[in-house]
Amino acid sequence: MSEAATNPYRTSLRSAADWGLVAVALPALVALVLPLGSLNGAPVGWLGGTMAPLFLIGVVLAVIAGRSAPKRVWGAWAELAGVALAWLLPFHLLKEGLDLSAGWGLWLFLVAATLLLWRVMGVLAGVPGGIRSVVVPGLFGLGLLVGWEVLVRGFQVPAILLPPPSRIAAALAANAPVLWDDFRQTVLTSVLRGYVMGCGAGFLVAILADRVPFLARGLLPLGNLASAIPVVGIAPIMVMWFGFDWQSKAAVIVVMTFFPMLINTLAGLGNSERIQLDLMRSYAAGYGRTLVKLRLPNALPFLFNGLKINSTLALIGAIVAEFFGTPVVGMGFRISTEVARMNLDIVWATIAVAALTGSGLYGALALLERATTAWHPSMRRR
Amino acid sequence: MTFPNPQDVREATAARQGSGPAISPAASPVVVEARKLSLVYPTADKPVTALSEVDLTIARGDFVSLIGPSGCGKTTLLRVIADLERPTSGHIAIEGMTPEQARLKRLYGYVFQAPALYPWRTVERNVMLPLEIMGLPKAERRQRAREQLERVGLSGFERKFPWQLSGGMQQRVSIARALALQPDLLLMDEPFGALDEITRDHLNLHLTQLWRATGKTCVFVTHSIAEAVFLSTRIVVMSPRPGRILDVIDCDSLPRERTLDIRESPEFAAIAHRVREGLKEGHSYDD
Repeated sequence: MSEAATNPYRTSLRSAADWGLVAVALPALVALVLPLGSLNGAPVGWLGGTMAPLFLIGVVLAVIAGRSAPKRVWGAWAELAGVALAWLLPFHLLKEGLDLSAGWGLWLFLVAATLLLWRVMGVLAGVPGGIRSVVVPGLFGLGLLVGWEVLVRGFQVPAILLPPPSRIAAALAANAPVLWDDFRQTVLTSVLRGYVMGCGAGFLVAILADRVPFLARGLLPLGNLASAIPVVGIAPIMVMWFGFDWQSKAAVIVVMTFFPMLINTLAGLGNSERIQLDLMRSYAAGYGRTLVKLRLPNALPFLFNGLKINSTLALIGAIVAEFFGTPVVGMGFRISTEVARMNLDIVWATIAVAALTGSGLYGALALLERATTAWHPSMRRR
Repeated sequence: MTFPNPQDVREATAARQGSGPAISPAASPVVVEARKLSLVYPTADKPVTALSEVDLTIARGDFVSLIGPSGCGKTTLLRVIADLERPTSGHIAIEGMTPEQARLKRLYGYVFQAPALYPWRTVERNVMLPLEIMGLPKAERRQRAREQLERVGLSGFERKFPWQLSGGMQQRVSIARALALQPDLLLMDEPFGALDEITRDHLNLHLTQLWRATGKTCVFVTHSIAEAVFLSTRIVVMSPRPGRILDVIDCDSLPRERTLDIRESPEFAAIAHRVREGLKEGHSYDD
């Protein structure tokens, strides 16, 4: 296309043909002669009595519509509909009772659909605004979930090894009250308190160490030492010291988060340029004013770095610490007991809650960082 | 960009400060006085003498340029005046005070080589920074910031961030920030060193008009002969290793009011020649 744009008088097969589409069509054509699956041991083809031909016609129409659309973006949406229809086919076949594990025609067809999705995403990623920043990552995640669901069900992976997302979602819904109690105990009680205490203490000690240089010299090697301590070693000791409830989890989190915050804050406070410090000195600004007006704003990117690292560390710390003793509630407790009872659905549901919580915390911090350090070269948009 | 008429600005400034025009070299008391000033840096191999037995007197209303090659101690001298460095021996007084007292009384405004604007503050809030530290009420801070930004021709850029401006505009903001303190003494350390020559000419013209309008005492560090001659009433020629003063040249043959045309005059050429000879003499010690 770009070649045609630079030299409008010259057309070759290379520039005239849509080679991307050819790459999609080839596996799809081969797929047509292979079976879709088997029913009671007998292979079933495309014309084996299912509604597969209807899906095929739908996809072909969508691709033709996409090719002939007046705008590339509209075409992408049409092709996206084709992709969705193609990926719905295995669900229809599973409903008809087919065994898909030998259905190479179907899998090849889905490979072609995925290639088509690649094309669509390429176009959509070039559209500025909400489509690029929300729709594209959203489609990507949705695609992964659908692929996971279809592969696990199609190849009949035992649920004990890997349940399909739908089963995890069902477990989430069925055990919502229990999971909510776990979330409240682990996240709202232990993690938030431990995080605030650990980060707050790290920040305050960093300010103190900035004022008293020997503290920094003494504490930084200790920080390296502390970051090498394994959680599984410190957690049982903290449970012995502070008991089964949230206090021991908060203590583990404080140990894990204190030094990353201290080191990042110290690095941030050292980040002001000589000339900026001279400027404050020429205004006869004292230590406190220089700290508030210059050094802390300059340290913000470092502070957020520490806070973001700690947000994930805190969640891991709390969950692992709960393995070593807890009142009979909490995400770590849930995982350890339900694994022992082979109740893997709930374990996966808890993992999902933990993953969502972790990314939620991280995302919130990232948004806050963007709001407060929009001036920083890494965030600037003119 | 439009410049305010210097006469108007001077009168406005005089009215605001409640005093007559400050330009009166005849009755000039001394602003900066240095006697046998030396500064030695300890370094790993051997001590470096940045300033050696410097004697200098700067009168009120003067525009003094310190010129010399890199490492001649001109920036160090300026930093000693500003109490950003401590001399190892000798005597220096600013308005009869020690540099530290002068700094704590915020008697001078300092313009650095780089604009040193804070990227998280808008242009206006950058200019208001020293006023916040002085503890002025908000309304007065804003009013002074607006005045100084107008004076350097940056009205309408108050809400921009520094990184949205060109290098020359950023340096003008930093001059406005120094002026907002309303100091009698303005210390400038190669403020236009990083700018292209066209912008530099423009800002030099602007600076000399500003100086005439406000009647401030200026100490200006540069390594450009043309810039020094164009701006100064006196030029201090310095030489490196050890940093010392070779010559002090009076520019009385040039009018106090400068336009870019004076650079073509024979008087200008004569002074520039003397500066160049002085610098040459200093360099012969290097070889």
